[in-house]
Amino acid sequence: MSQVIAKQSKPLPDAGLDKGAADLTPEKITKTLQAMLKAEGGARLAAYVDTCAHCGLCAQACHFCLSHDMDPAYSPAGKVKNTIAQVVKKKGKVNADFIRDAARIAYTECNLCKRCAMYCPFGIDVAYLMLVMRRMCHKLGVTPQYIQDTAHSHSVTANQMWVKQDEWVDTLFWQEEEAREEFEGLRIPLEKEGAQIMYSVIGPEPKFRAQLIYQAAALFHAAGLDWTMPATPGWDNSDMAMYTGDNEIMGRIKRAHYETAMRLRVQKIVMGECGHAFRSVHDMGNRWLGYKSSPVQVVHALEFYWQLLQDGKLKLAKKYEKPVTLHDPCNVVRGRGLHEMAREVVRASCETFIEMTPNREHNYCCAAGGGVINCGPPHKPTRVAGNRVKAEQLFRAKADGAQVVIAPCHNCHGGLEDIIHSYGLNLELKFLGDILYECMEKP
Amino acid sequence: MTAIYSFIAGPLMWAVFAVFVVGCIWRVASLALIARKKDVAFYEYWNNRYAARSIAHWIVPFRSQSMRQNPATTTASFVFHITAIVTPLFLSAHVLLFQEAFGFSWPVLPNAIADAFTMLAIVSLVFLVGRRIFVREVRYLTTWSDFALLALVALPFVTGFWAYHLLPGAGWATILHILSGQALLVAIPFTRLSHMLLFFFMRGYIGSEFGGVRKAQDW
Repeated sequence: MSQVIAKQSKPLPDAGLDKGAADLTPEKITKTLQAMLKAEGGARLAAYVDTCAHCGLCAQACHFCLSHDMDPAYSPAGKVKNTIAQVVKKKGKVNADFIRDAARIAYTECNLCKRCAMYCPFGIDVAYLMLVMRRMCHKLGVTPQYIQDTAHSHSVTANQMWVKQDEWVDTLFWQEEEAREEFEGLRIPLEKEGAQIMYSVIGPEPKFRAQLIYQAAALFHAAGLDWTMPATPGWDNSDMAMYTGDNEIMGRIKRAHYETAMRLRVQKIVMGECGHAFRSVHDMGNRWLGYKSSPVQVVHALEFYWQLLQDGKLKLAKKYEKPVTLHDPCNVVRGRGLHEMAREVVRASCETFIEMTPNREHNYCCAAGGGVINCGPPHKPTRVAGNRVKAEQLFRAKADGAQVVIAPCHNCHGGLEDIIHSYGLNLELKFLGDILYECMEKP
Repeated sequence: MTAIYSFIAGPLMWAVFAVFVVGCIWRVASLALIARKKDVAFYEYWNNRYAARSIAHWIVPFRSQSMRQNPATTTASFVFHITAIVTPLFLSAHVLLFQEAFGFSWPVLPNAIADAFTMLAIVSLVFLVGRRIFVREVRYLTTWSDFALLALVALPFVTGFWAYHLLPGAGWATILHILSGQALLVAIPFTRLSHMLLFFFMRGYIGSEFGGVRKAQDW
């Protein structure tokens, strides 16, 4: 049978993948993979791999495949065929080159966005399969260097960005001080036991987006809420270990996060506009630790904003004037169905809202999520070339009049920024919090 | 020929039914047991309402975005699945055999309809084979076993059509019809055809996750 020899993307140099694969021996690969299959290769893995009817209907779901003129190697089932399905079929007897390729595919050519799960008639969860492949690569020590560094940071500091303890507290003091010039009496309450809400952020916020902490503090202040932030490790809700396949560290940092909230005796955790952290706290980290759902109620920023407007606690002084469009992040939309709440907040705070299509659960991924952007500069060309379809989607929204893209997720922000610049779309990019901060009644 | 017929329609048929039934039970039960140990999430998140919601959206034509985007494939696929399940179960000749053997029967399809269904099954199978050959992303995934399974499914219909219309060699076609039908039954639990059973569990589980945990639609 003639098979299409699909054009594989050129393997980009990556110290973690190259050195990791060079250190492998056939014995080590087989031993590790067989142990992994034995311990964790369950019924889902078997059913998904054995039952896939090779119908190819998932191809149209994947932004990578759509962006490469339907190159089948980028289709979800194509990626499964070239990675985990071989491991299962060959019972772990694969070579180092295979692992190097499988790691490239699983870490950099799939965002685990689960759009394909909605296009597969059987509901096969390819994101789950790619995570199993990543876990195998993690166990073999073949992980992209940049994201591995963030996992190391999680392991050492319990935050993603090597933020030191004094730097963390100092950043909060700094933002409090800045904000007090605008809002008299504003506090960022640290370590307030018994507060109603613990606000948690991702490592990159204190590192290079500190103004987001400022803006959040402004919202809490204006709404008159009883809130606190922890001064100890456990403040970071992000989780790149979840994406490298290092479930053990994922569990450790999620436990630290939940236990920090428990120690502070808060009623709930409110988190910023981050998608993957939300996935980790409400869906994946809890599972690893044996909680069916997160042991402390977790509220994503989108729901939080919506509730504030609903309760009349946050009042808007004006509406944002420029026409906006909204990007639905996978982890809060396919991951939590917050799309209607997001729209209500956008409609309440913006003069003109223009839908991009497809939208809601069917929105195209940013190509940065699932840890792909965290794999760093070596893989930027992969995700930019792999998301032409997003550029086209944004371009259509722009043609409909949109000037600003609201992307309520950090990874989406990073990804869309690169798409917008690389494809010369000339659109502004904002968090929903940016808009609310700009339009709110400032006490 | 009569001796061959008596054997394959007699003892072999019993054996085939036994393998089919036991095989199906084994297929589902063995996965269910593995899931107990390694996929606790399956049991924890399974939710009858959301599972049914998801299955209902995917078992009715054109209720999912995926199906609407591919009208030809959807039509062929539904035509094939409906005719492939309904025709053998409600064919008058099959029901008659049941009545003779077990003394009970059920309503049957008029022969003209069954004949039309058979042709529809074959035509839709030809379409599915064509997809495998001509659609790039399907060809990339296709292995020899996909063609083998399609052939296995097609054979009972082709031979049944042959026998019913008393084309030359209809006697042997009948023998071949029974044998291929038996091969198909035996293959169901042990090949990708097991999606006949597992579809409901896989779809049900992702539906439960999307509905219960993700609060989102999966169609």
